[in-house]
Amino acid sequence: MSMTNTATTNPARRPFFRRRKSDPFQGPQAPKIDYKDVRLLQRFISERGKIVPSRITAVSMKNQRALANAIKRARFLALLPYVIS
Amino acid sequence: MPLYEHVYIARQDATPQAVEDLTNQIKGTLESNGGKLVGQEQWGLRTLAYRIKKNRKGHYVMLHVDAPAAAVQEVERLQKINEDVLRYMTVKVEAFEEGPSAMMKSRDRDDRRRGEFGDDRGGFGGGGFGGGGRDRGFGGGDRGDRGDRGGFGGGDRGPRPPRENATEGNAQ
Repeated sequence: MSMTNTATTNPARRPFFRRRKSDPFQGPQAPKIDYKDVRLLQRFISERGKIVPSRITAVSMKNQRALANAIKRARFLALLPYVIS
Repeated sequence: MPLYEHVYIARQDATPQAVEDLTNQIKGTLESNGGKLVGQEQWGLRTLAYRIKKNRKGHYVMLHVDAPAAAVQEVERLQKINEDVLRYMTVKVEAFEEGPSAMMKSRDRDDRRRGEFGDDRGGFGGGGFGGGGRDRGFGGGDRGDRGDRGGFGGGDRGPRPPRENATEGNAQ
């Protein structure tokens, strides 16, 4: 977040400022991305079954690629749906 | 030899015995091609997320395989032929996980706290996707239906006014 405009540096002035969340897959006890862990993957798909973009989940680029891969594997094995209608 | 995780889904109406036989058959194929079956895990009869060949459920089996590529290819060829196998997937891994996989753990948890699923979702990263992170208009779900297209003022044209010179024009 590079919001260093002169007028908006004061946090009180920015109505939509949000603290940057940290990558849920970083840190000492971060869960491992695994296609078998359906419950974990389920948190990263929308109600319609789409993969949630990383700008919302704050997953890092590298982990997002791994996550997308895992979700696609889980979908192939019918552990996760391709689409929830 | 490289390590592989091989998961296959057997037909719903296959008996557990038939699934067992199938696993043993795979084991035999691997061994005759110079590989070995390191471990296996039965995930049991699970509901499929979508229908595969008209089946709603399937027996899931995961095998830990240590075998040369040729042996794995042979196993996959046989799985393709077998009609009891709905689907299979082989993934190369660096190392096998110790202990039961996430699937077995989550199945235990599932039974106990299925009702709390809503809570579980909300607990993600403080606020979940919905409340906390929706900063660029991703509505959580998908777009709703689009309304009817407007066209000209939203409806048909009104009745035409009577032509003034119609009869005269035809007559001439």
